[in-house]
Amino acid sequence: MQSIVEKVVSGDVRTVARLIRDIDDGMPEVRNVLKELYPHTGNAYVIGITGAPGVGKSTLVDQMIAHLRKRDKTVGVLAVDPTSPFSGGAILGDRVRMQRHSMDKGVFIRSMATRGHFGGLTQSTRSAIDVLDAMGKDYILVETVGVGQDEVDVVRSAHTTVIVVIPGMGDGIQAIKAGILEVGDIFLINKADRDGSDKTYTDLKLMIEMDQRKYDKGGWKPPILKAQAVFDEGVAEFMEEIERHAQSLKATFGGLDIRKQKDMVRQELSEMIKARLLEEVISKLTETGDFDRAVQAITAGKIDPYSACDNLVLPIVGLSHP
Amino acid sequence: MAQQRRLRVMVAKPGLDGHDRGARIIARAYRDAGFEVVYTGLHQTPEEIVEAAIQEDVDMIGMSSLAGAHKYLFKTVVEMLKERDADDIVVCGGGIIPNDDIVMLKEAGVKEIFTPGTTLDDIVKWVKANVTPR
Repeated sequence: MQSIVEKVVSGDVRTVARLIRDIDDGMPEVRNVLKELYPHTGNAYVIGITGAPGVGKSTLVDQMIAHLRKRDKTVGVLAVDPTSPFSGGAILGDRVRMQRHSMDKGVFIRSMATRGHFGGLTQSTRSAIDVLDAMGKDYILVETVGVGQDEVDVVRSAHTTVIVVIPGMGDGIQAIKAGILEVGDIFLINKADRDGSDKTYTDLKLMIEMDQRKYDKGGWKPPILKAQAVFDEGVAEFMEEIERHAQSLKATFGGLDIRKQKDMVRQELSEMIKARLLEEVISKLTETGDFDRAVQAITAGKIDPYSACDNLVLPIVGLSHP
Repeated sequence: MAQQRRLRVMVAKPGLDGHDRGARIIARAYRDAGFEVVYTGLHQTPEEIVEAAIQEDVDMIGMSSLAGAHKYLFKTVVEMLKERDADDIVVCGGGIIPNDDIVMLKEAGVKEIFTPGTTLDDIVKWVKANVTPR
């Protein structure tokens, strides 16, 4: 009988679908599968697509799939939508725009919910990328939820990060420029037929050119493109820019296995430690009942939350009170 | 991340029927019940629905049909799931469906059919009682 790892590597869709479910649901046994899958990863080109809700990320991804398939490249898609903070449920609707590819054996599309708690998003999306990579997909497109700090983390696992904006969102650009502008490799102004697309272009250009010194030293200067993804206008040019960025990465890093770059490794490992520690500590505290006792003590006014936190965490990590 | 199975369901609109208000309301009710709901959009073939359900690893497919082709569409989805060795995915449906057809569809393997007038609460209750995360 084939092992899970063998089935994933041979591209078995059900096994892959199931494994991503187990990752999402936090099943402890997946850790060993992921360890064994790791040597089979590092071959896919990962593209992160982010931007505010409604800018057309899913539609763009749909067109990107079509372009990549024309070049006979296989494609994996991870589309993330938000989890309701109240019910824990989610409507995963990105697939609606991409459903025409569902019968294509060269395409695997998976919707994921953010699930909110304990910073799990980064970790499970990262692991799902590994699974699609090991499955043998040439390209992996990761579509994030709307703009935010977490999403910046996710797209950092990508070779190319695309920021999608639309005209008339001046305030939106203002809001995102601190975090997201710094991680964008390509800027795409979608729905470019709308009023104000030249203004948006100028705004972005100005912000990018403030980093001119970086580009003078040979750094990648993010291009700004216009498109109407729904009509496939400008998407071919956009795909060419992605190729150009890939060539630039190759020249800078001597290859595309960016996961072995020290900065990447440092970041990925620290994220992993954070997630793992949190998981272990929380589950331990919940099991022993210490967590609930501390909550009761705080609500009863017997202790302040800072001291309670110290009491809970310090013994676990082997530290004494300062 | 804490170990927790969460119910994943698919809401699908098979065939040429373009009325998805009902499907969207059901999707919203499922969300509010804490399920993860994959929505496929309109005009899906049974093949597309089955393939998407497998890729998404859902526990249930709920189909809505208001245009009269439910007999063929619902039945075909059940058959295709069997062919793909995925008949552990529960299939249910809703819409304007005559009583005689309900009998026939249930015999074919559709687990439940919801007709107009069924409350959202009843549907959610049924799902919770009959579908468990696999």
